[in-house]
Amino acid sequence: MALSRLKGAGLAVPDGVCLTVAAYARYFQQPGVKERILLELYRKRAKDLRWEEIWDAAHRIRNVFLSVPIPPEMHDGLLQQLEERFGSAPVVVRSSSPQEDSEKASFAGLHDSYVNIRGAEAVLDHVRMVWASLWSDRALLYRKELGLAMDRSSMAVVIQELLSGDCSGVAFGVSPVDESLGVIEAVYGLNQGLVEGSVVPDRWTIARGTGEISAFQPAERKDALRPGPQGVASRPLDGAQRQSPPLDEEGVSSVWEMVLSAERVFGSPQDVEWTRCDGRIYLLQSRPVTARRRGEEDDERVRYFKLSRSFDNLRSLRTAIEEIHLPEMERTAAEMSSVALEQMGDRDLAEEIHRRKLVHDHWVGVYWDQFIPMAHGVRLFGQVFNQVMRPRDPYRFVDLLRDTPMMSLERDRLLRHLADMVRGDPDLRSELDRGRIPGDHSGFNRVMQRLLEAFGDLTWQGVRLVDSQAEIIALVRQLADEPAKRERESDRDAKSLAEEFVAGFEINRQPYARELLDLARASWRLRDDDNIYLGRIEGQLRAAVSEGVDRILAKGIQVPQPPDPGEVAKALRDPGYRPRTIRSDTAVGAGRVVPRQIVGQPAGRGVVRGTARVVTGFSDLSHFSRGEILVCDTLDPNMTLFVALAGGIVERRGGMLIHSAIIAREYGIPCVNGVPDAASIIRTGDDITVDGYLGIVVVHGGAADRGSGMDPGPGGRRQQEEAVPMGP
Amino acid sequence: MVGDNTERQIRRMLTGQRVGVLATSQEGSPHVCLIAFAATPDLSRIVFATSRSTRKYANIIRDAGVTLLVDDRANREEDFHRAAAVTAHGTAREIAGEGEGERRLFLEKHPYLGDFVASPTCALFEIQVQRYFLVSRFQNVVEFKVPR
Repeated sequence: MALSRLKGAGLAVPDGVCLTVAAYARYFQQPGVKERILLELYRKRAKDLRWEEIWDAAHRIRNVFLSVPIPPEMHDGLLQQLEERFGSAPVVVRSSSPQEDSEKASFAGLHDSYVNIRGAEAVLDHVRMVWASLWSDRALLYRKELGLAMDRSSMAVVIQELLSGDCSGVAFGVSPVDESLGVIEAVYGLNQGLVEGSVVPDRWTIARGTGEISAFQPAERKDALRPGPQGVASRPLDGAQRQSPPLDEEGVSSVWEMVLSAERVFGSPQDVEWTRCDGRIYLLQSRPVTARRRGEEDDERVRYFKLSRSFDNLRSLRTAIEEIHLPEMERTAAEMSSVALEQMGDRDLAEEIHRRKLVHDHWVGVYWDQFIPMAHGVRLFGQVFNQVMRPRDPYRFVDLLRDTPMMSLERDRLLRHLADMVRGDPDLRSELDRGRIPGDHSGFNRVMQRLLEAFGDLTWQGVRLVDSQAEIIALVRQLADEPAKRERESDRDAKSLAEEFVAGFEINRQPYARELLDLARASWRLRDDDNIYLGRIEGQLRAAVSEGVDRILAKGIQVPQPPDPGEVAKALRDPGYRPRTIRSDTAVGAGRVVPRQIVGQPAGRGVVRGTARVVTGFSDLSHFSRGEILVCDTLDPNMTLFVALAGGIVERRGGMLIHSAIIAREYGIPCVNGVPDAASIIRTGDDITVDGYLGIVVVHGGAADRGSGMDPGPGGRRQQEEAVPMGP
Repeated sequence: MVGDNTERQIRRMLTGQRVGVLATSQEGSPHVCLIAFAATPDLSRIVFATSRSTRKYANIIRDAGVTLLVDDRANREEDFHRAAAVTAHGTAREIAGEGEGERRLFLEKHPYLGDFVASPTCALFEIQVQRYFLVSRFQNVVEFKVPR
């Protein structure tokens, strides 16, 4: 054990207890732990897992750790040892990879640490959570990208007395960019903030030869993490601290001395975490500096940390999105829609297309940098909820988020309103059936107008809703055929569940619980709304492009579909230019191998058997019949129009918190997502079962079988192959 | 006694192995697949689970006659003298509602299948075994009738 060797060598190390890798193994090897986790992880090939699915797998795996207790004899032994050693003093529970193991498999902060935990029972609970962090999404992704086995699992846990240091940091015995240098970073308070990237450190570069400071890079000092009533809390620094670095020169040289001592003990430059308490520098953790270039790894750190946002970070993200970005997007879209495109000359239109392309690209960037991370509000809440409530269903928390108004639901409400009108008015219906736009049924036209005004700018695959009235009317007619409105799952329990959740916290932590729930609801709502705002901007880009396309076509020049904005702009500027195809669809050949049972993610409860309708473009809307199973590559939020009609949903993209899952839960429709190649494997007309409990899609038979001239018989019984999984 | 020994060997095989080969009948043609199973201590019943959209489920609903093969081969040459196999003939029946005991029996042996069994689309079955055939030492075959 690294720390005991350091202590033996005379370094100051906080008092602690180590739970070895053997303790982890003993827990992990229990019946029902290891195999449950590996079954979860091996449902799909690693390369088919999107990060959202990895988060889902990690979320369910974490629930295994939360629900399976430490074996009784082991628990009792540890409890006694911890009580004797720490009593009710606050401790830190942190992961500690064995030295020989850590070369590549981890870095500071990859796995979770819990600071300021009191009482042996609570410590043991947190030990399980540290073990679980070996399977967190960022740990799994990190191992996946490094080409390490994702199921590699071995971890020691250190329980140390909490040193409430006045300043803390990390230090590298050798610098990433120059082997003749070392690096020290320091922040006020605990080093949690530095390790997680939420507090920016002061940074010193040390000449390894002389131990002299060769460069100093001060930080903009604002906050420090300090022990709170439980865990840590961010506190603003006072004026004096903002003005001066956390370490003076003497402090820097004591930290450097310690780094060199650790290097002597282990025989190679070390990556250490340290804290200063009562004037003394303590070493908290030591690992060898990895062989890879540190600079590269620092970038990666940032990337992996982006996968889990802190509460404070999410709060400021929410403010920025709600108060700055969304209003600005709305203004931008409104400003663009007021431009009279048809009055522009070709050159000006080309300029306008170019400008809108840049605006759209900008917002796509914001979407990825800010809106997508905002989804972590839901993830963070899910994690805390499960920790507090320990529910059987790891997605129980979603029930608490659902009753928030979403824009797509508002749009669907307008659609249903139209359908109600058609249902109650035979004249209106027969006019629509004859393909006429209704005349004086003023109510109908008014609601239709409202729908188009509010959502007409939305696009899907380059087609704007406002240009698709025929499809909308076809949809409304189908909705009108539906006898009763589909019952939404009851929200009855949501309120009492929320109260139960808040009551699971100590009184002084309950405001945090409420605020977290509020944040999660905002995150849930924004993840839907942001797509609609972005859709509006894309709609404006498309409007300009389609104006351009019309003009080019009028000159008798062909434009490949879908039109590329850059190509259209070029053709407008240069009358001799012929637009090229930028992307081509991949053809899927009919093979001798037919998938029969495909594993995805259970994303909406329920089971349904029906006919598949593969939806690849807006025109499929008019063909969609009630009860068919909607199969798509990516369920665009703007496609949720279809969902009211669908008997079930199958999607290639996977995740419990993406649109198909959200909408399926809203409507209570069976949904399986994360089905690799769903839209190309499954054909329109296939007879399929969507099992939204187990997350599988069964292809009983369909177009291909019938096409072969072979009689499939009732229920497609005569298939030659079936991919029945082993065991069940 | 031969009888006691046979019963013991069958029990050892059924507790030692996790997975067996289930044969169902599809319009006169056999259909076989691997299943996870657990046998009751008196050997009279064997419990397994399947999703309702599988072929074996559809087959059993039409024809409840099934056969289960359980063996301990290791894919080595010595299997021919060393390996043994148990073939159970019986009738499959879906356990609806009441089957708490069967569920527990199954999950004690396969704790990692808890989520699977809990799914409403998963059906728990028991095979009521009429007789077993124990094959050992390459060609020794003994029939064991389950006492009723």
